[in-house]
Amino acid sequence: MLLAKILFRNAFHNKLRSSLTILGIAVAILAFGLLRTVISSFYAGVEASSASRLVTRNAISIIFALPISYAGKIQQVEGVKTVSWGNWFGGIYIDEKNFFPNFCIDPVTYFSLYPEFILDEKQKRDFLLDRKGAVAGRKLADKYKWKIGDTITLKGTIYPGNWDFVLRGIYRGRDKTVDETQFFFQWSYLNETVKKIAPVFADKAGFFMVGVNRPDIAADTAVRIDAAFKNSLAETLTETEKAFNLGFLAMAEAIITAIQMVSLIIILIIMAVVANTMAMTTRERMGDYSILKTLGFGAKEITLLIFGEALVLTMTGSFIGMLLTYPAAHIFAAELSTYFPIFLVSRTTLYLDSAAAVLMAFFASIIPARHAVRVRIADGLRRIG
Amino acid sequence: MVVVFYVGRTFRSAGTGSKDPGYIVLATDAACNSDKSKMMAEPTKPIVEIQRIYKSYHRDSLVVPVLFDITFDIAAGEFLALMGPSGSGKTTLLNLIAGIDRADSGSIHVGGVDITTLTETELAAWRANSVGFIFQFYNLIPVLQAVENVELPLHLTALTKKQRREHAQMALSMVGLAHRMDHYPGEMSGGEQQRVAIARAIVTDPTILVADEPTGDLDRVSAEEILSMMERLNRDMGKTIIMVTHDPRAAARAQILRHLDKGYLNDAAGQNPL
Repeated sequence: MLLAKILFRNAFHNKLRSSLTILGIAVAILAFGLLRTVISSFYAGVEASSASRLVTRNAISIIFALPISYAGKIQQVEGVKTVSWGNWFGGIYIDEKNFFPNFCIDPVTYFSLYPEFILDEKQKRDFLLDRKGAVAGRKLADKYKWKIGDTITLKGTIYPGNWDFVLRGIYRGRDKTVDETQFFFQWSYLNETVKKIAPVFADKAGFFMVGVNRPDIAADTAVRIDAAFKNSLAETLTETEKAFNLGFLAMAEAIITAIQMVSLIIILIIMAVVANTMAMTTRERMGDYSILKTLGFGAKEITLLIFGEALVLTMTGSFIGMLLTYPAAHIFAAELSTYFPIFLVSRTTLYLDSAAAVLMAFFASIIPARHAVRVRIADGLRRIG
Repeated sequence: MVVVFYVGRTFRSAGTGSKDPGYIVLATDAACNSDKSKMMAEPTKPIVEIQRIYKSYHRDSLVVPVLFDITFDIAAGEFLALMGPSGSGKTTLLNLIAGIDRADSGSIHVGGVDITTLTETELAAWRANSVGFIFQFYNLIPVLQAVENVELPLHLTALTKKQRREHAQMALSMVGLAHRMDHYPGEMSGGEQQRVAIARAIVTDPTILVADEPTGDLDRVSAEEILSMMERLNRDMGKTIIMVTHDPRAAARAQILRHLDKGYLNDAAGQNPL
């Protein structure tokens, strides 16, 4: 108990140095936490994937569409419960910087496949009845201050021209992990227009979303779907929604790896700073440690004192850093919601912050503790005075 | 005044009907005054036996011999002063006797234990039980209050928290610092800090007390107080004290005086001529 008292008081004995070290640790943990949250946000779509949903796309590439007639055939495959479809629209709202994901979907089936998108029944009915109707996520509507009934114009990039939509519904997520920044409109509206301007691209779906009866039959069902279109003009590739999303993440793998490296480097840098602090502290306290050894305290107690002091500093800094991560993440999410629709500080990130603090303390105290234990008492005592 | 004290790791009680088994009543004022001579420590058999000690320091490839063929005994209850010029090896010899340094050859028996054969762990345990240390610069832990500093060595005993606190308070009372228990070293004068160091040194009732220039950092008045206190510890409580000093006034308080010069003990044991 007295040793705990000594290490706590030692940790804050030199207030300026301790404060600066804690500040450094807090900033490093904040940066580490934000970078980890960025990585988590990349994986948010993967984490939110349902095990009972499959995605069927063209086997050659996602950029090639599939005939809409496949929907009926897929529906007949054993294990399939629901089939929906959609296309990536890629429209721009006013300016390119106002990016948000926008899709045309089959409104009847899509929302039954995605129960996590909660839409008021009246709004859903209005959306179904209006060919030009659209539904936007709550965050997206808030960002652009859209209200029900507003006309929203998107400039097509894949499908040229200005496309007017009437906002008929605003969905909200079932929980915080659901993306509320998406924009949906009716596939039939797009298809009818495409039929007029470029008939060759009509009656095509970019992807099919397939709901299966049970998660455990998902893999077999995927194989059966692909087998049904084997040797056709447009062979399919069916995979779980999670695998499909991970496939997209593979494109950003280099960026994710770079972020991971930077977050580790930040921890290594602050580890060196803490090690420097502990080296200075231990050198100053060599007399105290020698006294303790003189009185009969051993290597274990001296090591505990030094590691404990480092741990008090790193945990204090880490705790402050973790507390700061929440408001920082909130600001980050508000400013960059376009790119990171789900930007939540996960429990895993907090565990990693804590683990980083313990590792920092451990590695920062190894050399000072080893030195303090090894120094001869007589030599240590000579430093006093 | 009743002087009570904790003895080693075991507890003994004696006389005056004390119900607390953690204390031994050593003396009362009345007893001290009525028959002071009975309280005087009488040097008897050696408590420290030093045989043919050699010690040198190694600095890289350089070997610096410090002590040569040191042999002498210190009787139980003796107050010995080691004197000599700087670099004569006084502190080194004191460190060897106290078990905080190791001799190159020879043997040192303290209380019947050959400390030159002990491992580092055994030596640490032995120091905790058998030696009380008083240093020139007090060497108190600055972040601990006076009473916590005195309690520190008791953390290596089986005493409860309450018992540790009681013993520490008792030791501080004995050095006249009952009113300064909650003060940090930085809030006390040099003399007071040295008294706290003495309380810490005696709180475990060690076999020997070693003091390295205990008055070296004190003004004359404080130095006199400390020396008187050490004298009382020797005279009234029978403590064996080995003191290194440059100061003839400090050495004059010792019963036995020994001189070291260039690593050699150059005189025979004898009554202090000072």
